[in-house]
Amino acid sequence: MSLADAVASTRSTFRRGIHPPDEKALAAESPIEVLPTPKEIRVPLLQHLGSPCEPTVKPKQAVALGDEVGNVEAMVSAPVHASVAGTVGRATVATLPNGRHVGVLPIKAGEQEIEGRDLYQDLLGGEWPLEEIERCEPREIVEAVRRAGLIGMGGAAFPTHVKLTARDDKPIDTVLVNGCECEPYLAADYRTMIEAPAAIVAGALLAKRALGARRLVVGIEDNKPKAIQHMKTAASGTAVEVKSVRTKYPQGAEKQLVRAVLAATVPEGGLPLDVGALVVNVETAASIARAVLRGKPLTHRIVTVSGRGVARPRNLVVPIGISFSELLAASGGVLPGAARILAGGPMMGFCVGSTSAPVTKGTGAVTVLTHADLQRARETACVRCGRCVDVCPLSLVPTRIAIAARHKDWDLARRYHIKTCMECGCCAWVCPAQIPLVQLIRMGKAEMATA
Amino acid sequence: MSKPEKLPIPLAEPEAEVPRIHVAPGPHISAPVTTWRMMVDVALGLLPVLLAAVWFFRWHAVLQVAVCALGCTAAEAVFARLRGRRAPLADGSALVTGLILGLSLPWSAPVYVGVVGSFVAIGVGKAAFGGLGQNIFNPAMVGRAFVMISFASVLGATAYVSPEGPLDIVTQATPLTVAKEAAGEMPGLWPLFVGSVNGSLGETSALACLIGGLFLCLRRAAAWQIPASMIVSAAAVAGLANLVNPETPLTVLHHLAGGSLLFGAVFIATDPVTSPLAPKGRAVFGAGVGALVIFIRLFSNYPEGVVFAVLLMNATVPLINRWTIPRPFGAPKKATVSDGARA
Repeated sequence: MSLADAVASTRSTFRRGIHPPDEKALAAESPIEVLPTPKEIRVPLLQHLGSPCEPTVKPKQAVALGDEVGNVEAMVSAPVHASVAGTVGRATVATLPNGRHVGVLPIKAGEQEIEGRDLYQDLLGGEWPLEEIERCEPREIVEAVRRAGLIGMGGAAFPTHVKLTARDDKPIDTVLVNGCECEPYLAADYRTMIEAPAAIVAGALLAKRALGARRLVVGIEDNKPKAIQHMKTAASGTAVEVKSVRTKYPQGAEKQLVRAVLAATVPEGGLPLDVGALVVNVETAASIARAVLRGKPLTHRIVTVSGRGVARPRNLVVPIGISFSELLAASGGVLPGAARILAGGPMMGFCVGSTSAPVTKGTGAVTVLTHADLQRARETACVRCGRCVDVCPLSLVPTRIAIAARHKDWDLARRYHIKTCMECGCCAWVCPAQIPLVQLIRMGKAEMATA
Repeated sequence: MSKPEKLPIPLAEPEAEVPRIHVAPGPHISAPVTTWRMMVDVALGLLPVLLAAVWFFRWHAVLQVAVCALGCTAAEAVFARLRGRRAPLADGSALVTGLILGLSLPWSAPVYVGVVGSFVAIGVGKAAFGGLGQNIFNPAMVGRAFVMISFASVLGATAYVSPEGPLDIVTQATPLTVAKEAAGEMPGLWPLFVGSVNGSLGETSALACLIGGLFLCLRRAAAWQIPASMIVSAAAVAGLANLVNPETPLTVLHHLAGGSLLFGAVFIATDPVTSPLAPKGRAVFGAGVGALVIFIRLFSNYPEGVVFAVLLMNATVPLINRWTIPRPFGAPKKATVSDGARA
């Protein structure tokens, strides 16, 4: 362990980073509500990193809630399921918030056997029998997770069963459950930790069992004392440790969390498993419990609808495939000052071009920013103040990479480690000259990939 | 960037105007810091020094600083015009250059020195390189060096001293001239610290420089690594010199508090444009300036070395930047070194 690692571990954080205003108060105290079943949903056939699904149902076929409607043989993929009961329509194409055009399968809602409070109970409530976990075989856990179509719900959208498959060459020592939720405005994970801590604990223990890990830690930012309290209560008597980490953006980034909790440094270009750690988001953990203990696929998720541009910020349980406009309508509608509608938070979220876009498994929030929030001034010359260098959690020189990307000097960009950038946006946030640093870097990475 | 939303957006009130929805890449929020505010911070940091200068040199200081501030602003406007651009006066950088240039001149410098210095600072020091952010050399120091050489007769060591001077302190030689030419009695440390000695307008008060520097570092308008490493390295080199020649009247503390070492460390070497980007680079740069200042003081004909030390080190900044590319999070130590070598 280096000295810097030691210092970081005693402070339960990583080096550098930023402190944007957290704005969580808008939605943090709104209990999770269940949305009335929408008339129609459109299930995207690609919601994860990896191969797209093929429809496994025919048009006009009747499906029940949770029936598989799309799947593909590839290893890095996850099936998709009907999130309402109803009739399947003809597959069309939709634009997801991240700009990808993907096939979507519309389902017209028919008779719903489970709604409202019952649906909430089915998803998050009830008992999560921990003694059953001991009876689960690791292979069964992974298989149940794969069948349930689980992906990382913190935003990365990587198929969960791939992560949970134990590897002999890289054994996992510690499972880290990520309860940081470091983006401003977001409160879905916070509410889940308060309302369904038992499900998270059960899911975390299942992940630990699947991987044969020795240790299990839930990392939560210290601006969420209530969540820490609830998680500690739910975890008492189990192998789950709850650890508070310092509030700082991007504390929820995998490598930063590993550094804060385990004082280990994930190698450049590597993954947490290179240091024997595995990171799962809290909502993913709850879904693992649901998939394994109740045999239920991933059909719903919790979404924070927040921002000053929306009338009533709140946290909602929504069926995957519902349109953004219905979430906005359910939150009292958009206010006249609204300027941008984001899928996700203001740091890494994507702008929605059309509110007809469907919610995917990876959509944790809809944030509506107003013109007053944006207040971006005109771009001025870089004065080389180095603030971007001072905040970069990966110790890069963002200004140099951005200039290299702007001038398409890929040699220079590589010399300054462009590929290491995780696009957290700290540099662009802090830049006094308002240079779109991370945007240029992102563009440069994309152009390098096609060059 | 923005386009009107075609699909119906659910509105909060039925008669509300349909918002125009922007589409742009994230992050969608930014820190409330602008280049203008950074410059305002520098100007605020200069305030204690300015007040000290006015206290000790009265209206001479006011006149000198006003001439340079106006001169630099005018020069910025003129050169922007010549280059067919809108004068970027709004960023406040020309004003800051003017304040620093004015404070680096002696009280006795004629008005034309300030005007010429301003135009050279902005014209040669900045506009010639392409304006704000593009210059390699510190503009104020370019202007200062130019007038120092061009008008040697009115800016030499003797220019500071006037037997019939309007103020008490200007009847004595500056501390560094005393040390160099044995031209009088070395002032004590307390006057050097407070600033009641002769010298360039902004450099006499070590106390004012320290207050301003602390403010700048706390506001992050200046990188703390530069003044810190500059002071440490100057002290180290001065300490070595003291060991070699214990008879000198210049102890380490005299070196630190005398001349414009502190003023330079806090306000000149920290110019973000002409100093390195990464923390390690900044430390190397500061250490270089600090060592050079003492070398020039000890071995050259000039009593003071900050101007040339800063300009020399400015020239090495691209190299320092290249050598001190930070090691990315999680990268092995060896690989980055060889990457740097290949670079």
